[in-house]
Amino acid sequence: MVVVSAPRAAEPVWRVLEAIPDPELPAVSIVDLGIVRYVEWRGTQGPHVGLTPTYSGCPATAVIRATVREALQRAGYADVCLEEILTPAWSSDDLSRAAHAKLAAFGIAPPSHEVACPRCGSHATRLLSEFGSTPCKAHHCCTACLEPFDRFKCL
Amino acid sequence: MSARLTFLLRLADTSLVLAQRLGEWVGHAPVLEEDLGLANLALDLLGQARLLLAYAGECEGRGRSEDDLAFGRDGAEYVNVALAEQPNGDFGMTIVRQVLLSAYQLEVYEALQHSSDARLAQIAAKAVKETRYHLRYAGGWLVRLGDGTAESHARVQAALDALWRFTAELFAGDAIDREMAEAGIAPPLEQLRAGWLRRIVPVLEQATLRRPADVPYRWHGRRGEHTEHLGYLLAELQYLYRAHPGAVW
Repeated sequence: MVVVSAPRAAEPVWRVLEAIPDPELPAVSIVDLGIVRYVEWRGTQGPHVGLTPTYSGCPATAVIRATVREALQRAGYADVCLEEILTPAWSSDDLSRAAHAKLAAFGIAPPSHEVACPRCGSHATRLLSEFGSTPCKAHHCCTACLEPFDRFKCL
Repeated sequence: MSARLTFLLRLADTSLVLAQRLGEWVGHAPVLEEDLGLANLALDLLGQARLLLAYAGECEGRGRSEDDLAFGRDGAEYVNVALAEQPNGDFGMTIVRQVLLSAYQLEVYEALQHSSDARLAQIAAKAVKETRYHLRYAGGWLVRLGDGTAESHARVQAALDALWRFTAELFAGDAIDREMAEAGIAPPLEQLRAGWLRRIVPVLEQATLRRPADVPYRWHGRRGEHTEHLGYLLAELQYLYRAHPGAVW
């Protein structure tokens, strides 16, 4: 791999990170999810990127770290320093507005207080299970169109 | 071994052992939703255990990783509370164990958010949100089962009667806990019992369950004195690591 020197600015790094999809929710990027806390340049090393896990045991955390490192190296950033940030703890409030829209379009109800069916928009829904296919989702069902759907949990 | 190291291992081991127990349900739960639910609880607990074990390894300063600590220690070196290692029994018993332990972990982590140990406070702040969800999940099931059919009521009451005796250990502080409390690292353990009961008792009442009498006998998992069940659990947990030292996935 040819590593070229890249500019020491945060903005281009953010653009690389914005293109990285969450491994389990490919509709949204890791930036949309609020997993990236900061991009900083310190001293002569490469960029420092602060990442926070969604859930303590989320298996995607390791994949995300590896993907971020690889994507930045491919973009020409050597000596990438990934830092794990636990505080303040990640919250579903960290999701961007854009993430809410992308999740809904993908068929997952975003973590707002009113649960709306992502298929028909009805608010007549019921909780099927506190846990869905990943740690960050619960399973609901629309009582209007009868479609079951995942909802991003409020945490 | 420093008091802080032991304290961290007690927290970590309780989460790890409980995660392993819940993991035994994968593929065996009564319905798919609960299979996922119990596995998700296990995953959170495993994540908490990893953060705590990694920190414990740094405190120890002998270069042991989280894996070394999880897979390389024998039963007598494990310092989880004995309640965590009790077998799953039926789904009702698993739920009773979870309610008792999630309420306990919630009390502990809420207090540890204000610990003078910044790293521990960070881990606790993360865990507290997850644990609150665990208690809501398990509490919801306890009410449904306790206030359900005669059969489900009888089963969870029997489970509660069998497990209640292990709860005294949760609040039996020793010299290590006192040292942690004096350093402002952790709360005095005895003081957590009132808050724990405030979480448990309303759930039991709603579930129409009778609170068992307290017994004077104390188990001492936190001193490494375990019930016979831990050895079998560790044999399964540690087999691969010990049979193939240094194996990489």
